[in-house]
Amino acid sequence: MKELYYLSIEEAHQLLRKKGVSIPELVRAVQERIEGVEGRVKAFVTPTPELALKQAEEAQKRLKEGDRNPLLGMPAAIKDNMCTRGVRTTCSSRMLEDFIPPYDATVVGRLKGVGAVMMGKTNMDEFAMGSSTENSAFFPTHNPWDLSRVPGGSSGGSAAAVAAGEALFALGSDTGGSIRQPAGFCGIVGLKPTYGLVSRYGLVAFASSLDQIGPMARTVKDCAFVLQALGGHDPSDSTSLALPLPDYTRAFIPDLKGLRLGVPKEFFPPGLEAGVEKVMRQAIKKLEELGAEVDWDISLPHTRFALAAYYILAPSEASANLARYDGVKYGFSDMAPEMWQAMEKTRQFGFGPEVKRRIMLGTYALSKGYYDAYYLKAQKVRTLIRQDLDKAFQRCQALITPTSPTVPFRLGEKLADPVQMYLSDIFTIPVNIAAVPALTLPAGFVDSLPVGMQIIGPPLSEELLFRTGFAYEQATGHHLRRPPL
Amino acid sequence: MKLSREEVLHIARLARLGLTEEDVERFREQLSNILENFEVLKEVESEGVPPTTHAVPLQNVLREDEVAPSLPQDEVLVNAPQQEEGHFKVRAVLE
Repeated sequence: MKELYYLSIEEAHQLLRKKGVSIPELVRAVQERIEGVEGRVKAFVTPTPELALKQAEEAQKRLKEGDRNPLLGMPAAIKDNMCTRGVRTTCSSRMLEDFIPPYDATVVGRLKGVGAVMMGKTNMDEFAMGSSTENSAFFPTHNPWDLSRVPGGSSGGSAAAVAAGEALFALGSDTGGSIRQPAGFCGIVGLKPTYGLVSRYGLVAFASSLDQIGPMARTVKDCAFVLQALGGHDPSDSTSLALPLPDYTRAFIPDLKGLRLGVPKEFFPPGLEAGVEKVMRQAIKKLEELGAEVDWDISLPHTRFALAAYYILAPSEASANLARYDGVKYGFSDMAPEMWQAMEKTRQFGFGPEVKRRIMLGTYALSKGYYDAYYLKAQKVRTLIRQDLDKAFQRCQALITPTSPTVPFRLGEKLADPVQMYLSDIFTIPVNIAAVPALTLPAGFVDSLPVGMQIIGPPLSEELLFRTGFAYEQATGHHLRRPPL
Repeated sequence: MKLSREEVLHIARLARLGLTEEDVERFREQLSNILENFEVLKEVESEGVPPTTHAVPLQNVLREDEVAPSLPQDEVLVNAPQQEEGHFKVRAVLE
């Protein structure tokens, strides 16, 4: 039999129902896996083994009583920027190193509600700012496919945990690609839902008009099960959409007949890594074989402005959101006797270099005399990027792109040059700017390193994205390949 | 465009961010480089384009003002660096 820790949610659920294994047995198998690989992967900031076993016992009771929720008893990893009542939530920052939330984020509450089991809180770039998880104030996480490489970021701990068998699924958050880029780098599936589909209540705010929580798992179907549990209106988040949630399990048809997919040429620029381009061309051919019609003549002309617009919008919102860390109500606090000095020192010692850089950038962009040239201009570019996508979706139902322009890079490779690091999000950023959903899944491999394929759809097209991803996954079997740990 | 030392210090003051001498030099370099990459936005034709201020066009989301339980005072204060008699303790604001 397959190792329990590498079962899909669907397989584990079937096994639990057939009484082939109990929930505490499943959870212990995952815990043993964590003990075996965590020293090399370092996915977790705070593992919660005792809590996991307690939750497993409770879930087993519910199973006996006839509860058939697919997430019941499933070992989950939670990114450490989502509040967990009684379990510290650090955002991988010195600022929140000892912060113990007195409440659960809505997504955490919903997972508890369906009986999922929390294995721990995962490492991330500090305050979700970064693309490699090297900006964690504690330690970097390693890519399970090659431990000398980064797992991507900012949800790198969540992605690595799922890829390494340290959880069956994870939650990530995505402001500019922070679910999709690490999922792509770690060879797993990740979804950035339509803005507003999943509640942000209890998610530590980075850039509120762009942040969105989503599922990360080893199969497309598993992502759908998780989204089913997470999604839906939440009165505690005024930006959450008041719409009924569709039944995502209807999306699993293994062919793509009648589907029209577009390939935007701006996402295949001359500088694209040769291996990534080759894998993507093969993947698109496979989608055609599965019955999709592919339009190669799609253009999103404002794509080249997306990165600059994002690095104005996101830091501007962040500079306002992070103003709350003043050392008074919670978090790190410098004990200088004078008020302003204490505040400046609190922020100097509590925040790491990338967070400071973005606070500085955002403060500058919003400051007197620069607002029109930067922030207002970026908001206009935001409109133009949305309009590009609207036009594209009149011609095709979804777009196919690489998730990242490169395979996972080496630890330390881009740390000294912020602009190079920012470029690794070039294909994921337009999706957040336009508030649309996108799925990433393994397109193939280059020299045993995973390459992610991104499928972008119009607002609320998650079912279509799942269908497209599912057909590709079933036809290729790339999701069954495991890292050499 | 290269930021001056004074500009970096001004932004840091607006953000209430303490910086070392080293930080000031490093941010001067790095922020100037990032701002240079923003120059590309000057090429955008954006005359008459309405700005997108939020991801979803929601306005005035209202709800009934219903009384519901809130967190107890001691739980709210549990993370406070300094507290006194059920309050957050702050430093003197006025002389």
